Amino acid sequence: MNVNWFKYSSPQTFFPLAGALAPWFLSAALLLGAVGLYLGFFVAPTDAQQGEAYRIIFIHVPAAWMSMFLYVVMAFWAGVGLVLNTRLSGMMASAVAPTGALFSFIALWTGSLRGKPTWGTWWVWDARLTSELILLFLYFGFMALQAAIDDPRRADKAGAVLALVGVINVPIIYFSVQWWNTLHQGASVSLKSAPTMAATMFAGMIVMALGFWMYSIAAALLRVRCIILERERHADWVAQYVRTLK
Amino acid sequence: MSWGSWGDFFAMGGYALYVWGSYAVTLGLMVAEVVLLVLRKRNILEHLGRMRGAARRVAL
Repeated sequence: MNVNWFKYSSPQTFFPLAGALAPWFLSAALLLGAVGLYLGFFVAPTDAQQGEAYRIIFIHVPAAWMSMFLYVVMAFWAGVGLVLNTRLSGMMASAVAPTGALFSFIALWTGSLRGKPTWGTWWVWDARLTSELILLFLYFGFMALQAAIDDPRRADKAGAVLALVGVINVPIIYFSVQWWNTLHQGASVSLKSAPTMAATMFAGMIVMALGFWMYSIAAALLRVRCIILERERHADWVAQYVRTLK
Repeated sequence: MSWGSWGDFFAMGGYALYVWGSYAVTLGLMVAEVVLLVLRKRNILEHLGRMRGAARRVAL
């Protein structure tokens, strides 16, 4: 298959593509979310040990996965921008960051609301919780650093260095439950072995994770359109685009 | 299904605060993010439209 991948690497050509794709990803997110919630609340059984409080995992686990995955995606685009000096890559990294921060916050918030009934505490300085909090601060640091530098190209470069150094935190979060034997439970789902939970619980969690993934893509596409318009506002094609809207 | 009635469902076996507190905040933030992004784009376009109008008046 002969596809010209670089066709969409310019902001001008990617802008309409992102606009065309975003509603589809948003619709997919809504559909998967509805199915996932149905599985999570009406099909999955009550947990024998944790009662109904366990139903928080249908958003807690997918949000935590997305927070780590989006960091890697952000660092990937930042790295591509640093190496190839392509404008759109830096914009993609900036577009992913707030959604990643959102999912880090959701993972921490829902974890806290799950910790209280299951562990008896809202927060402990457990390795998993602490490294996830650091992830949230890395997102904030990336966004603050970019916001503090006026020249977008220089902001991209500085942000990219921070994003790439911070990648080290992702495996630390993932393996924290193995490396440090603290309060947070180990993984119930891994690539190597069968999940240690009821099949319907597992299905609900996976469908919700796919929904969050589609949502993240939609949010990143909507945001990158804003960033493109802001950064390219002096370009002729933007002026033409604004004219067509009238 | 584990619910006898809607009352049971909303009570969440006594964990309503934790379960609904999680879901409400998550849903609220996700909806807010999309709404803010739509508003952000609208603001940029309005701004760009005004700039264009101003530039045209100067040119005339």
